Amino acid sequence: MRFERREHRPAALVIATPLIAVVAALAVSGILIALAGAPVFEAYWKILVGAFGSKLSITETLTRATPLILTGLAAAVAFRAKLWNIGAEGQFYLGAIATAAVGARITEGMAPIIQIPILLAAGAVAGMVLLLLPLWLRLKFSVDEVVTTLLLNFVAILFVSMLVDTVLKDPMAFGWPQSEAVERAARLPKLIDRSRLHIGLLIAVAIAFAVHFVQSRTTFGMRARAAGLNPRGAVFAGVPLARTLVLVAMLSGGLAGLAGSIEVLGVKGYVTTDLSPGYGYSGIVVAMLANLHPLGVVLAALFTAVMFVGADGMSRSLGIPTYIADVTVALSLISMLVAVFFTQYRVRR
Amino acid sequence: MNTIVDILASAGLWGAVLRIATPLILGTLGAVLCERSGVLNLGIEGIMTFGAMVGWLAVFNGADLWTGLLVAALGGAVFGALHALLTVTLGLSQHVSGLGVTLFASSFAYYVFRLLVPVSGSPPTIEPFQPISIPGLSDLPFIGPAFFTQTAPTYMAIALAILLAYILAKTPLGLAVRMAGENPHAAEAQGVNPMVMRYGAVIVGSALMGVGGAFLTLSAFNSFFPTMVQGRGWICIALVVFASWRPERALFGALLFAFSMASSCVFRPRLMAPCLIRYS
Repeated sequence: MRFERREHRPAALVIATPLIAVVAALAVSGILIALAGAPVFEAYWKILVGAFGSKLSITETLTRATPLILTGLAAAVAFRAKLWNIGAEGQFYLGAIATAAVGARITEGMAPIIQIPILLAAGAVAGMVLLLLPLWLRLKFSVDEVVTTLLLNFVAILFVSMLVDTVLKDPMAFGWPQSEAVERAARLPKLIDRSRLHIGLLIAVAIAFAVHFVQSRTTFGMRARAAGLNPRGAVFAGVPLARTLVLVAMLSGGLAGLAGSIEVLGVKGYVTTDLSPGYGYSGIVVAMLANLHPLGVVLAALFTAVMFVGADGMSRSLGIPTYIADVTVALSLISMLVAVFFTQYRVRR
Repeated sequence: MNTIVDILASAGLWGAVLRIATPLILGTLGAVLCERSGVLNLGIEGIMTFGAMVGWLAVFNGADLWTGLLVAALGGAVFGALHALLTVTLGLSQHVSGLGVTLFASSFAYYVFRLLVPVSGSPPTIEPFQPISIPGLSDLPFIGPAFFTQTAPTYMAIALAILLAYILAKTPLGLAVRMAGENPHAAEAQGVNPMVMRYGAVIVGSALMGVGGAFLTLSAFNSFFPTMVQGRGWICIALVVFASWRPERALFGALLFAFSMASSCVFRPRLMAPCLIRYS
């Protein structure tokens, strides 16, 4: 048995790939649910109800999807150029803390129309800086950015946990390590009253369309893709590889930092070290499920958010641990990788 | 100043350094073996988590401690085989597959743990490995209590580092593994099947990672809880580079990293509430 590269990929198969992968992941998780002694279809129904059953749960699912769209885009734009940014989690936190710091110390009192863009920009710039450092190491010394971005996550999170326990600590928080808050006027407006859903969702979706436009219609998008497909060929064809990668890193790190910034301004107003339940890492799953397509990222982020929010409700009624959501999401990453492989190759005896 | 000198001169600190280094040594050896054969195994964080859980669960259900370590090794090997299937047979991106294995192995471990061990106020515990005093050596002043009253897996980890260094550098098997990593085509021309070498290295390496995780629950501590591995797997990935892919240097790298971890526990106990491994 061996694998043979397909000469052309049927378009229907490529579009169906994520669906096949998700179904396969749900099937394997279904076995785990069955082994736990719970009815499988009822469990999945409860997940859907938990995610969409009421106005509150729908807004909660969309609130959860917002940072996932942005970290998913961060991974997607970087991976497309074969820039392995595994550091979205750290960039998320650095973006969040930059927003909280600037908001609490510098821009307080400014008109919201000026203040909010400044705070969002501060978060994006912080994320950019954290990715430009490993990129510089790669371009200058050929240091593998997988290891550096991955380990910088810990540097960033420990740095944030130091700040929220010392200089940026909120004295009004009863001794809990949390940062000073951004003033209410500078928070993102709510989309729906009495819910956590904020206009960050619209910003994230708009950015997904913008990224799609940039990738498919601009020189930079073409160069970034070429840099990923064949760096040496790209250089030969006149693509300025270093400059392209710097722009890709600014976009990717900026998106991850923006995700942290929007989470602060939209949901909490301040930073704690549990602000992100692994949004940076889930973003990688989202990007792969979307096959690195910016618009697919929106749908993949929605799927991931549905699993996480829905599993909470399902767990309460059926007693299946909520970790089943993490298992399903991880399995869908693995099955997506395998499914993409089989759109490119076929088995020959 | 005096207190700093006192702390540095205490056998307790140096004993803790070895204890904290043990999971790092085992994980790094596993990662070195994988990478020498040409496969980056970012599954390490999840494999260590799974090893910690499954080894503990075996002992909790009545197995003895060594069986627990064996179960952890087998659990690691299974996820290693999954990673090898994805990266060696299918040739998928090693980075993304590895992250997938980490996400799957750790969430699966948490799921199984929550399912089989009900939530309770105080986590259920087991009787962990006890320190063994090496006769003669453990009576030496300072050195004895620091380095020769460790638990059995710590001695085993050090022995394994030396063994792996020997196998990789001096035996035909080690040469074959390194050839598969450096130049698979040349290896094939020499009659070495690089696929087999990579499968073997990733499976054995992942088994070592599983044992490294199980040290946390079976020796350093006596219960399992989610997120207890706390990025030790990623530290091992850094240690591989720090040790320039050599098992014997991994030993010293792990000790150096463990020293800084132990110091942070000693000097800032308030900040390091989750200082899991006792240091005194």
